[in-house]
Amino acid sequence: MSEQAHATTGTYLRVALILVMITLIEVGVFYVPAFQGVLVPVLLVLSAVKFALVVMFYMHLKFDNRFFTFLFGGPLLLALAVIVSLLFIFYGTVRLRTGT
Amino acid sequence: MTHGSTHAHEAHRTSMGVDSRKMAFWAFIGSECLLFGSLIATYLVYKGRSLVGPYPHEILNIPFTSFSTFDLLMSSLAMVLALAAVQRGDMKRGKLWLLITALLGLVFLGGQFWEFSHFVHEGLGLTTNLFGSTFYVLTGTHGAHVTVGVIWLLTLWIQALRGKLGPGNALTVEITGLYWHFVDVVWIVIFTVVYLIQ
Repeated sequence: MSEQAHATTGTYLRVALILVMITLIEVGVFYVPAFQGVLVPVLLVLSAVKFALVVMFYMHLKFDNRFFTFLFGGPLLLALAVIVSLLFIFYGTVRLRTGT
Repeated sequence: MTHGSTHAHEAHRTSMGVDSRKMAFWAFIGSECLLFGSLIATYLVYKGRSLVGPYPHEILNIPFTSFSTFDLLMSSLAMVLALAAVQRGDMKRGKLWLLITALLGLVFLGGQFWEFSHFVHEGLGLTTNLFGSTFYVLTGTHGAHVTVGVIWLLTLWIQALRGKLGPGNALTVEITGLYWHFVDVVWIVIFTVVYLIQ
């Protein structure tokens, strides 16, 4: 687990190409009416893939010390938990109030 | 830190074998996750709750923001290429990629300034409705981070021009890169949550 072992320039370019392609797919999916029913899960998955690629290869977490993954992943999971909890609390309260 | 920073670099190592500056910066990025997590949560909680317009679907410009996203992704590529060049000791390319990264950041900021001006012209202010308040606070905080990143990158570039940045300072460039890539991943989330999922 060396801190210095990073990806090659070729890998960086391939990751950039994949990121651009995923962005194009995201925008394409947004405009295609047939995808409207599954738009949210598809976009969230594509966004998560882009997020993971940048963090793993450009921020070098794939090659770096696992402790950095813990330092980043812990608060990230906590932030996700905050988002999901707030949405459940807020929309749960609204549903109780409106009876829908 | 000077060129001959190998010893200084070793002196910053913790008992865990990781560099203390890098560890501190990852902890900082972790705290930033919580900051942006709370802002995104606030945006989502108030999503669709505006009583008056303009509403997101009326003013958000997806093609324009897609270009901004592409611009920021390319700036991340330029940043890793700058780091790779500095680590190789190729300071000529290192300087070039650092400058390109900063310029791409400036292009993004220019786009955000244009977008905000356009929205204000369309009647969306900070206090117009819940969408305006949460949108400006979230994207404005991100824009402030990009601004800090651009200033940081230009500072490094000027240091490199003066010959004060060399392979011995690769960790400094790497930490700058960590900040820049974090700003990029935050935008990846904002682009999806705010712009594409309306």
